[in-house]
Amino acid sequence: MAGTRDGGDPPGADPAVAASRDALAVVFREEGSRLTASVMRVLGDFDAAEEVVQDALLAAWQQWPVEGVPQRPAAWLWTVARRRAVDVLRRDLRHREKLALLAWPAEQPSEPEVDDDRLRLVFTCCHPALAPEVRVALTLRTVCGLSTAEIASGFMVSEAAIVQRLTRARRKIAAAGVPYRVPADDELGERLRDVLAVIYLLFNEGYLCNAADRPQRHDLSHDADWLAGLLVRLMPTEPEALGLLALIRLHRARAAARFDARGRLVLLRDQDRGQWNRAQIAAAADLRCCAAHRHR
Amino acid sequence: MKYVLPFCGTDEDAAAFEALTPEQLRLRYAHVGAWCAEHRSKIGPSNQLQAPDTATSVRFGPDGPPVVTDGPFVEGKEAIGGYAEIEVADLDEALRMAKSWPGRGTVEIRPVLTRR
Repeated sequence: MAGTRDGGDPPGADPAVAASRDALAVVFREEGSRLTASVMRVLGDFDAAEEVVQDALLAAWQQWPVEGVPQRPAAWLWTVARRRAVDVLRRDLRHREKLALLAWPAEQPSEPEVDDDRLRLVFTCCHPALAPEVRVALTLRTVCGLSTAEIASGFMVSEAAIVQRLTRARRKIAAAGVPYRVPADDELGERLRDVLAVIYLLFNEGYLCNAADRPQRHDLSHDADWLAGLLVRLMPTEPEALGLLALIRLHRARAAARFDARGRLVLLRDQDRGQWNRAQIAAAADLRCCAAHRHR
Repeated sequence: MKYVLPFCGTDEDAAAFEALTPEQLRLRYAHVGAWCAEHRSKIGPSNQLQAPDTATSVRFGPDGPPVVTDGPFVEGKEAIGGYAEIEVADLDEALRMAKSWPGRGTVEIRPVLTRR
């Protein structure tokens, strides 16, 4: 499944600490975006939702190495986030009114509900009322859970520039009334194309750079792969999403052969095909076939 | 959410409007009328404005008295030809309305500042 990473047993001086940090890294991406999506629906406020989720993840980062990774990490995070959200609401005058009306679910929302929330989040982040580069940054931050430093390194721009883009985006979402929902059927096709364009832009940005040349650079093509996989899970009947995932995986299967030892680009006809990942190519071809069958 | 939709157009848009035959003009107004009727429950105060050259602007500088000039405040290519205040659920609904506007030019969607 896209996005899941192998936890494994990491080597290290303190295996307990390392194991829990590793567990956190694994749940971070999956659970971070789920949590953001659910909290966002309850609070209806981008800024506040992000703050709450950051607090919950920070608490996990500090407590899991000491107390051990909980049996149900997602439920643990939800409980902390819920508590923090109520604090935020109490603190902020604007939200006091909402607090009284608000019935926070004690349990983490069920899987289908969370998936709905995440899809809403994706469509909000990729809304056409936001500038394209803003959509990309916001999606990376909010859906993929990347830090502003990671986004900045991926695009080779300053972190301050990313922070500014995100701040402006959140302000516009709140001020202009950008909705938090999946578009109506008659608009879905057009808006889905906007989402796919964001993922494709992200993939190109990551894929066209020579990672060996700049080892510090965050690999955006990996994020694009994860996002396309997420979209396929959330909208399993959309052939366009499947097609994009297949395209990304096909390209990534050949990644090892794309640059020579000196970091120069090797054209397709000159590539060492022994370095291509055959299993990945076969899997991507299967995806492509699925997409073709579903095409309307 | 409350928004104001300023309907803007360039000189070319204005010239094209002037060049409409009486029959075309009647049709255009009929379409605009139908649009207004369709969205009646969501439309507040709205008006078509007189041509931009009828405007007078009062501009405040960093200091000194304001300067009164002949003409609209923006010296750009586009001028506001009319406006409508609308009350809708969110930006998507506003976008849907703006996209179905039967006139030409550009429709801006500007959220109204509400006191919390």
